[in-house]
Amino acid sequence: MPMDSHTMTVDHMQEAGHPALKPYFDDLAQQRDASTFGMWVFLLTEIMFFGGMFCAYLIFRNLYHDAFVAASNTLDVVLGTINTAVLICSSLTMAMAVWSAHMGRRLMIVVFLIATVLLGLVFLSIKGVEYKEKWDSHHVPGLNFSTDAFTHPEKSQGEGELGHPALPSDVAQHTVIYFGLYFCLTGMHALHMIIGIGILCFLIRFAWDGHYTADHYTMIENFGLYWHFVDIIWIFLFPLLYLISRHR
Amino acid sequence: MAAHVHHAPNPKTYLLVWLFLIIMTGVTAAVAYIDMPGPLNAIVALVIAVIKALAVALIFMHLWVSSRLTKLTAIAGMFFLGIMLTLVSIDYISRSWIAPSIFTYFRH
Repeated sequence: MPMDSHTMTVDHMQEAGHPALKPYFDDLAQQRDASTFGMWVFLLTEIMFFGGMFCAYLIFRNLYHDAFVAASNTLDVVLGTINTAVLICSSLTMAMAVWSAHMGRRLMIVVFLIATVLLGLVFLSIKGVEYKEKWDSHHVPGLNFSTDAFTHPEKSQGEGELGHPALPSDVAQHTVIYFGLYFCLTGMHALHMIIGIGILCFLIRFAWDGHYTADHYTMIENFGLYWHFVDIIWIFLFPLLYLISRHR
Repeated sequence: MAAHVHHAPNPKTYLLVWLFLIIMTGVTAAVAYIDMPGPLNAIVALVIAVIKALAVALIFMHLWVSSRLTKLTAIAGMFFLGIMLTLVSIDYISRSWIAPSIFTYFRH
C-alpha cells in the first residue's frame, strides 16, 4: 500500500514535468510567484511586529529626549558601526548565494551560505560583547539596573574623561525606558538572526546534497528575503539606538 | 537598474550596492558627530537609513525586478507602518493643544 501511493506520486510528478512542482500549480513560475508572495506577506507581518517597538521608541524618545541622549551615549559607536558593516557583508554573501543557486552552482551556494553563517556569528559575538558591557555597567532593566552612573558620573572613573554632567534623578530614571527598548529591539533582532542561522544550517545541508537546481531554488531565495529583511531592521536600529545626539 | 531584464541582478551590481551600503554606514556614523541645527541630525540619519533600506530591498531583495503583486505587498507594509506611526504621533502631538494637563501628566 505505501509502495503504491509512492509510485503514484512519483508518476504524477514526472507527468507534471518537474519533481519539485506541486500538483496544484500550473508550472514552476506560478509556484515560485506564489511562494515569493507568501514570503513577502510574512515579512509584512514582521514589519508590523517590529513597527510596534519602533512606534514605542518614537513616542518615548520625544517624551524623554534627555534620558535617551544620555543612555544612547553609553553605547559603543565603533562596535555598532562594525556590526552594521558585518551585517551588510552577510547580506552580500546571501545575495551571492541566491545568485549561485540561480546559476546552478552547487558548491558556490554552500560556500556563500557558510560565509553568511560565519558573518552572522561574528555579528552575534560582537552583540554579546556589547551586552556584557551593558551588564557590567548595570544597564539591564529588571535584572541589573542602576542609575548611579548617570546621577554620579564622577564615581565611574573608567571612561568619564569627557566628564558627562550628572543627570537629575528623574531624567536618570527614564534611561530605563531607553535600555528596555534597546534590549527589546536588539534582542528580537538577535533572535531573528539566531533563527536565521539555524535555518541556514539546514539550507547548507540541502544545498550540499544537491537539493537546489537552477530552475528550483525557492527556499534559498525566500530565506534570502528573510535575511535581507533582518538586515534592513538593523539598518534602522543602528542610527536610532547608537547615534542620538552624539555631537554633544 | 535593469527593469526590462527579468533576471536576478548580477554580482557586479551586488558588489556596487554593497560598497554603497558600507560607505553610507561610515557616512551616517560620521555625520552623527556634526552639530546640526534642530532635529536635522535625526532627519539626516533617518534619510540615510531609508536610502540604505531601499538599496537592500530593491537590489538584494529583487524588488526592482519583482512582480507588481510583490511590489504592492512591500508598499502595503510601509503604508500600514506609516499609518501606525503617523496616527500615534498625531495623538501625542495634539494632546498639548486640547488638554495641557494630560500632557504634563504623561511627562512625569
